[in-house]
Parts: sequence; C-alpha cells; structure tokens
Amino acid sequence: MQKKTVGKSKVSSKQGNKLLHQMMLIRRFEEKSAEAYTETKIRGFLHLYSGEEAVAVGVTQALGENDNVLSTYREHGHAIAKGLDPKTIMAEMYGKQEGCSKGRGGSMHLFDASKKFFGGSAIVGGHLPLAVGMALASKKQNLDNITCCFFGEGAGAEGEFHESMNLASLWKVPVLFVCENNLYAMGTAIRFTHSIQELEKRGDSYGIPSASVDGMDLLAVMDAVKKAVSTIKKTGGPYFLVCNTYRFRAHSMFDAELYREKSEVEEWKKKDPIPKFRDYLLNANLLSEKEVDAIEKSVEKEVDEAIDFAENGTWEDIRDLTKFVYSEKEAE
Amino acid sequence: MSKMIKITYREALKQALREALQTDEKVFLMGEDVGRYGGAFAVSKGFLEEFGPDRIMDVPLSESGFTGAGIGAALGGMKPIVEVMTVNFSLLAMDQIINNASTLLHMSGGQVNVSVVIRMGCGIGSQLAAQHSHSWEPFYAHVPGLIVLSVGVHEDARGMVLTALKSPDPVILFEYTSMLNMEGEIPENSGEVDISKAKVRRSGNDISLITYGTGVYKCLEAAALLAEDGIDAEVLDLRVLRPMDEESILESISKTHRALVVEDAWRSVSISSEVSARIMEKGFFELDLPVERLCGVEVPMPYPKHLETAALPQPMDIADKVKKMLRS
Amino acid sequence: MIRFKMPSLGADMKDGTLAEWRKQPGDFLQRGDIIADVDTQKGLIEIEVFSEGTLEKLLVQEGEKVPVGTVLALIRPVKGHEKEEEELPVTSVDLHPIEEAKPSELPKSTKERIKISPLARKIAEENHVDITQLKGTGPEGAIVKADIEKAVSKKGKEEAEPIDLKPVPPSVESIRMAVAAAMSRSNREIPHYYLEKRVDMSNTLEWLREANKNRPVQKRLLPLAVYIKAVAKALDEVPDLNAVWDNGLVRKNEINIGFVVSLRSGGIVVPSILQADSKTVDEIMDAINDIIPRARAFRLRSSELSESTFTISSIGEGGADKVYGIIYPPQVGIAGFGGISEQAFAVNGMLGIHPVMDITLAGDHRATDGLIGSRFLGALTKYLQNPENL
Repeated sequence: MQKKTVGKSKVSSKQGNKLLHQMMLIRRFEEKSAEAYTETKIRGFLHLYSGEEAVAVGVTQALGENDNVLSTYREHGHAIAKGLDPKTIMAEMYGKQEGCSKGRGGSMHLFDASKKFFGGSAIVGGHLPLAVGMALASKKQNLDNITCCFFGEGAGAEGEFHESMNLASLWKVPVLFVCENNLYAMGTAIRFTHSIQELEKRGDSYGIPSASVDGMDLLAVMDAVKKAVSTIKKTGGPYFLVCNTYRFRAHSMFDAELYREKSEVEEWKKKDPIPKFRDYLLNANLLSEKEVDAIEKSVEKEVDEAIDFAENGTWEDIRDLTKFVYSEKEAE
Repeated sequence: MSKMIKITYREALKQALREALQTDEKVFLMGEDVGRYGGAFAVSKGFLEEFGPDRIMDVPLSESGFTGAGIGAALGGMKPIVEVMTVNFSLLAMDQIINNASTLLHMSGGQVNVSVVIRMGCGIGSQLAAQHSHSWEPFYAHVPGLIVLSVGVHEDARGMVLTALKSPDPVILFEYTSMLNMEGEIPENSGEVDISKAKVRRSGNDISLITYGTGVYKCLEAAALLAEDGIDAEVLDLRVLRPMDEESILESISKTHRALVVEDAWRSVSISSEVSARIMEKGFFELDLPVERLCGVEVPMPYPKHLETAALPQPMDIADKVKKMLRS
Repeated sequence: MIRFKMPSLGADMKDGTLAEWRKQPGDFLQRGDIIADVDTQKGLIEIEVFSEGTLEKLLVQEGEKVPVGTVLALIRPVKGHEKEEEELPVTSVDLHPIEEAKPSELPKSTKERIKISPLARKIAEENHVDITQLKGTGPEGAIVKADIEKAVSKKGKEEAEPIDLKPVPPSVESIRMAVAAAMSRSNREIPHYYLEKRVDMSNTLEWLREANKNRPVQKRLLPLAVYIKAVAKALDEVPDLNAVWDNGLVRKNEINIGFVVSLRSGGIVVPSILQADSKTVDEIMDAINDIIPRARAFRLRSSELSESTFTISSIGEGGADKVYGIIYPPQVGIAGFGGISEQAFAVNGMLGIHPVMDITLAGDHRATDGLIGSRFLGALTKYLQNPENL
C-alpha cells in the first residue's frame, strides 16, 4: 500500500496501523483493567481513559524519545503511548514488583525513567510545577527536549495551574501543557467550575500561544500538536493545547454517574475516536478489514499477556517495606 | 588545628552558598528576592552581579509553583537551591514538598531521586506576631523521604548546605533569622559538615540538654550558668531532625541519666515529644529522672516583646528547670 | 460455565442490592453489556459483563442484598475454550502477621507501689538490693540511683528473693495440643453417660427482654450469663457433679463454671467464672465481658484457666439444636446448651409454638449415675425458667 496524502494530515498506512493499534490497545487494556478491578485483582482507585485515546496517542506520537511526559492519575493511555510495556503497567496495577514502579505506585503512579515517563500524579495540578522545572532544567543544560504535561480541566482551576503558566512564560521554558478537557472534574461539570470555559483563552493572560482542538479526532489532534511542538522548538517557550474530549466511563470504578445523563454519554460515544480513525483508514484504503482484524487479535493477545504477566508476578518481600524512602539507606 | 576566625551567622551562610555556586555549575539559587533585592535577609547580596540572573533567579510570589519547579529541575538533572523566604510561607509549598519531593523516589520504585535543597528562614524573636513566628520543624520532620536539618551553630551555617547539595534526596534546611547578626568562631578552613549525626556542643555528666536550632546557644548559655552552681550539663545539638540520630541521644543519656529537651516549637506533637518517646523506648532503664521538656508556650505568637519573650524558653528558664530537676 | 459475581467497585463497597436484571436467561451477552443495576451506598450503578456468552441462569433475585463476590448468574461461554473459573472464597488476605498481645505483667503483690527510677531499679536488681527497705530522695520520694549506690556501699551484697515467674501465655498451638490431650484422655478414661431435656424458654427470654429494655448495649445481659448462674445454683443442689475424680469422687467447695470460648484462630479456651454461685447475673455478665476479649488475646490469668469445677458448652443463636460435651478431666460433668428454636411444645395440655432449648448433661459414670444427672437437669430447668429467682 502506498503512502497517501489525506485530510489535513499525512498518515502513511504503516503509521496509521501503528496509531490505530495503540488506540485499540489502550481501549482493550482499560476494559481488562476494569474487569480485574471487579475481581479485586486491582485495588485503590482506578481511573479509566476510554474515549480519550486520540489525545494520548495524537500528542505522544509527536514527541521524541528524549521528551519528558508527566501525567495525571488517569494515565494508563499516556504510559502506553509513551512506550511503556503494557505488561509492566498491568503488573504495577496488581502491585507486583515486576511493575513499572516496582509495585509501589499502583494505577495512579506509573513511572518509567528510561522512557522519560515521570508519573502519574494524583494531586490535581501538583505535577504542573514539576513539568515547568523539568523544562527549566532542559533550558539550563541546553538540551533540545521538551516536557509535555497532561492534565484535566479540573486542574485548570488550581492555583498551581496559574502559577505554572506564569512561571513557564516568564522563564520561557519548553513545556507543552496539554489540557484534556473531558468536561467533568470528577462529577462537577465545567460550567460549575470555570468562569471562562474556553480554557485556551487562559493562555492569553500569560502570553502563552494556545489552541483548542477536537480531542475525539486523532488527525485533528496530530495537526494541532504538530503546530504546538514546532512553536515550542521555534520560540523555546511554552505552548498550551486544549483537547476537548470525553470519558465514556465513570470517573473511577465506584461512581454512580449521578451528574450526567446517559443520553449525553451515548451522544459522545457516537464520536468515538477509534471507529472514526479506523473507518478513515479503511475508506482511504490505508488499511484493510483483514488488517483491522489482525490488530484486534494482536491487541487481545497483548492484553492477555499483560494479565498473565501480572498474575505471575511476585509480591515484594515485606522485609523490604522501607525501601525507596531514601536513596542510599533504608528508612528507620 | 587550623586558625579560628570570627564570623557572623549571615556571613557563614553566604560563604557556603557562594562556595556551592562556584564549585558546581549545576547549582542555582531560586527564591523570592534572592537577586535584585539581595535576599530578604541580605544573605545573597551581591550574588546576582557575581553569578548572573540564570543562577540567581528572582521568582514571583508563587511558593507552590517555584518550589515545585525546583523539584522538577532536580528531576531534570540540576542542583537547585530553593529559598523559601520564611518558613511561614512554606505552608503554601507543602503540597510540593510532601506530595512530590518526599514521594517521587518511592512511587517510582527507586527510579527517580529528588536532589533539591530547600532553605527556609525561620525563628522567632523580632516581634513579628502570629503569622511570622512559626517553628515548623516538627511538621517536616514528620515526613519520611525528607532529610530535615537545623542550622544551630555557625559551623553548620558555613557547611550544611554544601553537604546537603550532595544528598540524592530532598533536604529541608532550617536557618534562623534571629541569629543572622550573631558572631561566632569557626575554623578558618570550615566547609562541609557531616549531616547524619547529632553533635555534643558541650560535654557534661549531670544532665543532657537536648535541643536544636536557636536552642543550642540558649542551652550553652544555661550550661554556663549551671556550671557556676557546680552542675555539669551536656548540650546535645540534634542538627538532623530526620532521620533522627537516636544513637547519640541514647549515648548522652547513658552518661547523664537525666534529660531536658528544649525547643521553640509548640510542645504538643513536637521534636521534643519524639526525643522523649525514643528515650522512653530505648533508654528507659538508663533514666534516673523523668524526661522533662521546655518548649514554646502554646499560643499564637503575641506581638508585645515581653509576651513574646515569655512564650519561649530562655537560658534562665532552662537553668532554673535543671536546678529544680536535680534538687529534688 | 462462567460465574458472574457481584463486582467489587471500591474497597469501601462490601455488598450491593441487585436492583434490576437487565438481561434474562437465554439472552446473548456481549462484552461491555449492562447485565444489571446494582444499588450501592453511592447510588444505582450499572454492572457490565466482561465475557461473551449466553445468560444461563439468574441466581439472585431482584431486591436481594448480597456481599461482593457472590455469584449472581451463570453465563454459558460462547466458545468452548473459555477457562472454567475456579470458585474461590471471597476473603481478604491479610499480609500482616498479627502480633499477639503479650500479657501484661501481673501485680506481684498487693503491696503499695514503690516509686523508683528505672535506672535505680536496674542497679538494684543487678546488686540484689531489697528496695522495699530503702527510702527515696528523688522526686516525690522516689528511689534514685544515688539511694541504691548508698545502699550497696553500706550493706554490701545481699541475696534478693527470687522473682516470681510470670505465667507463660499459651499460644494457639499449645492450646490446640492441650485440648487434644485432654479430650483424648477424657474419651479414653471416662465412661460417659448422656442425658437430655427440652426446656421451654418463653419465660427466660421474656425476662431477658425486660431486663435489657432500658440497658445500654454494652450492659445487656446475654443468655449465657443466665445459663452460668442457673448451672451454679443447680450444682449447689446437686453437689456430686461439682467435683473431680481422683480415684474417687472429691467434691469441690467453690463453684467455678468454665465456659467454652471459640478462638478466631481455631481451637477453644475454657476460662472460668470463679465462684459463680455467689455472683449475681449482672456480675457474671460483667465477668464474661471482661474475660472473653482477654481469652481471645491469650491474656487470661492462670487461675481462670485451671480452676473450673464444672464446664458448660453453649452453641448460641442459630446453631445446632443439641450439643453433647466431652468431660474436661478431672471434672465429672459437662452441660450442653443447644440453640433456642421455635418448636411445637405442649404446656399444661395446650400445644403451642414455644421457644425451646435442648440441654444435655454428660456425666462421668464412675462418679455419678443417671439419677443424679437427671436431678441436676431438673434443677437446671427450674432455675432457667425462673430467672427472677437467680
């Protein structure tokens, strides 16, 4: 199959295959996680990403190996997109020591320094200053990497968001702020939490170039992020990208969704980014039905392997309880 | 033995910071008014001219933002010294210090370490009233993952920050503004100091005065008063409030069999409660008297000088308390 | 067959009420389908299935509240190769080994406490100084190091009295082994005879209800307290059963009633209510409330374990109807109290439904005969039915 120019963005069939694969893998991975949760294999909080896949995949494909990513507690998608092995993510959620954070973090704290993935942070807005600092370190060391920070629109109401926007612009550091606006901060709709709901306008008050994009459309996200990254590379300063999206599932597992109508969820499901992108690829002859089937099978297998890996993982010895408190010695 | 020189606490802090900035390119200082103003307490006066704005960064009044950025810069490979102007404002940065600096190593299963030094000016004694007279050492000492140091003497002012910068883990450094103008003697070639052990500042046999920060000189003064009455007090400067050097405490107790713990912080759930509990746990059978404490009176700090003085343990109070303990 | 279970949606979810089945037997289920609505403390939550197949059978009715992990429905998998799920009991695994509480030191004597510093006590013990002979010069007259040093130099060394050994706390294993040994010996050596009697408990329960009406929960009387008191009174009337067998029947003066406490870790302990005959029902209840938690924490005093003169075993609510005990040697009898249940029972020629309880006695035939045992059960019935006279 040959490379074609399609829509607003260029996607080769190979790239299209890869991106669809990633989105489907994230979706299936989340479904399996939900299942494992109901069986009490996974505990703590579990926040699922279904519906928002185009954001993680669309943004991350524009990043390089050396670019840093920091994320929220709804970060399985970002981690998979940044190249973390689904096996180690699942093992992490099981609390096994083969997990990407050695089992110490769980679902909300996925880390892989080798992949430049710096967490899963579970205090809303708390990781934004860290992202600014990492970008500052890059600037001070004349590195050409950027730091990408995912957060939800809920974080946009935190003081740390405003402080970080101000600092990033003031210091002109290469940080890409990606706001995943899924319309609900837990169960409170954006209209009850933001005085200005077009969040990209917030960029203006800090002199940060910003844009918003349909986060349910992978190609649109890719276009927008391309512009964002090239702006950062050109100016060396920050960029603020708002991706308007929707989570199909509840905030976390134990959520009766009293705050939104089922019809609203159904409406948004019609905009599901995965079938949309799949159909696009099929219609443009960039992918065949057979290849879609193959992706499906492969995804199923990868997720099953992740579960097996996690099931067969080992529990850390209780005697090691106080490890990782200090770098060089054990805590008292 | 090297020559002793006279130096103020401020000058000692300043020399240490300058040495740190001179010897490691990755070290930079960030904080409110550290540059153009010269430091709220003139500790970094002249630094901006010497090191330039990239290494002496004035920051906006965003304690959470810039403290978090310092932690992020450490993740990114730099060696930031974050100055929080006073400990009072550090409450606004607690989320960053406690939810990020102290947890990242652990949450990542040992993959990322946070080598940041956070300095806080603290201490009481200038009639600054309730919001500017806090002693938050106990708060921070409560948190696993942090290393909490208290600069109680000039030698530590000259050396602690240098050693702290070598720590792979986050260090909270408490400096005492009330001591800035105080002169002390230190060896001419002072530099890095150990940051793992407490230190006996005066050796004695009759009672251990266990303290830190502003308590150190106060206890030394009290010990001098007691010596006139023939009481031989030992002064143990804890220095490292976390992880606490239990061994030195027990060693001192095993010698004197009596202890008075002294601090400016409020008494309830404090450093002195911790010291006292540890003595009870591990040194019980060395005790010939119950452990006693002299702490800050539990009241928001009042403005008038005489009330402020009364709210804190003074050298006379310490000496009187010891005499009462030993007389009985 | 796939067992579809009440899902756990959070650590704080212990159970859920099946509000509505959204699928019926015969329906084909796809992954992600909503199979039911479950009512939780957070509201109604839609429950999805994670496997494909045909809904075979609903096991829980609408409106039923069941714990997490309960099988709600059976689903026939679509493909033959789906793994059969294993049925695992839903229990939380506690990774923390439970540290058994150590027994607190028993008071050595009833003498007044001597104030002495820990250091002084240590030096005194090392030098065998009798601290009861010293006068302290420390705070509040406490003995301090200097006082001991003075005593040492003055008196020289003197042997102190050996210190009483603390009773060693029994462990789970040692208890199991002790029970095993005692029961084997009993079964081997004691020729048991068994008697049983059915008792109408209407009056007793009514009395308990009245007695408990105005009491706070922690002060409520349990039937067990009544049983113990009734047994004590009955033994007073039939003293041959309040005895031990030591090559002959030896009656005991005190009436100490042992009662069986099951341990969560398995095994039993049989602590004793000492002098139960001279205690009121209230006092017995207080003693039970004091003793059971200590029994479970292995913090019983040795006297409470060894001095029973007669034992009872009570099954409690909803349990078996009858319990036949094995005598705890060297005692000569054990009474069993079954669960109380409603039965057809004739009183004064009138058949009615009454709460009844079966009580049993196992007696040592070497020590007593059935006649004695029967008298005991008669007396026991009388006291049980007239609790106001206890």
